[in-house]
Amino acid sequence: MPIQYYIFLSIALFCIGIMGVLMRRNAIIIFMCIEMMLNAVNLLLVSFSKMWADAGRVDAGSAQIFVFFIMVVAAAEVAVGLAIIVMMYRNSHSVDVNLLSRLKN
Amino acid sequence: MDLQLILFILLSAVAIISALGVVFSKNPVSSVLCLIVTFIAIAGHYILLNAQFLAVVHIIVYTGAIMVLFLFVIMLMNLNADIEPQKRNWMKYAGVISGGVMFLVLLAAVRDANMPALSTTSTDIGLIENLGKTLFTTYVVPFEISSILFLSAMVGAVIIGKKD
Repeated sequence: MPIQYYIFLSIALFCIGIMGVLMRRNAIIIFMCIEMMLNAVNLLLVSFSKMWADAGRVDAGSAQIFVFFIMVVAAAEVAVGLAIIVMMYRNSHSVDVNLLSRLKN
Repeated sequence: MDLQLILFILLSAVAIISALGVVFSKNPVSSVLCLIVTFIAIAGHYILLNAQFLAVVHIIVYTGAIMVLFLFVIMLMNLNADIEPQKRNWMKYAGVISGGVMFLVLLAAVRDANMPALSTTSTDIGLIENLGKTLFTTYVVPFEISSILFLSAMVGAVIIGKKD
């Protein structure tokens, strides 16, 4: 199976994530779209890991370790980000990101 | 058409359709459920790519922990009603168009790339034994640093979420 298929799938997921970030105003949905973009990158890294393992490289597992670290960082990011969203909801009773434009003027 | 290709097409269709469901559904709870389906499809891809340990970790961490946290926050805020204000329509079209243009540009960039095909033979690189050896020999310093990252994230979340 050509590795291009996996690249196309990752690009599709990444661009759907970009679309969601640009379209939606709900902060939680934007956050979930960022998670989806991270996962697209993870999928690409794993498929390249398989490609190098097929080529006989012994250090092809490094890509999977990298995916592991991305998951760790994503978990930490979710903890802090959801705390920020809860705080924002507590202050303004909305999760609309358009309300967060106080620094504009 | 071999079995691997059929499974790939099936999992990709599920992943992309539910990813579109995340973006286009009105209700945040159904967005979360669509994202869980996407993550399970991606875990299936990991199994197809001989990354068994990562597939298990992905299911545990993402669908088990992160998405439950999202659902918990949505339920806590009582967001399951459709309260998102209808914004200007041209912004929506601009988002779709710029995302689609990005998709086309990336697609055109990698379409003619010369890369080897994936073989159907299985490798043992994704087993927990090999990954653990790599993690605790070559990458032991980043591993320890990530624990400090977790600690600081925990402190930050507690400080941000504190009342007053």
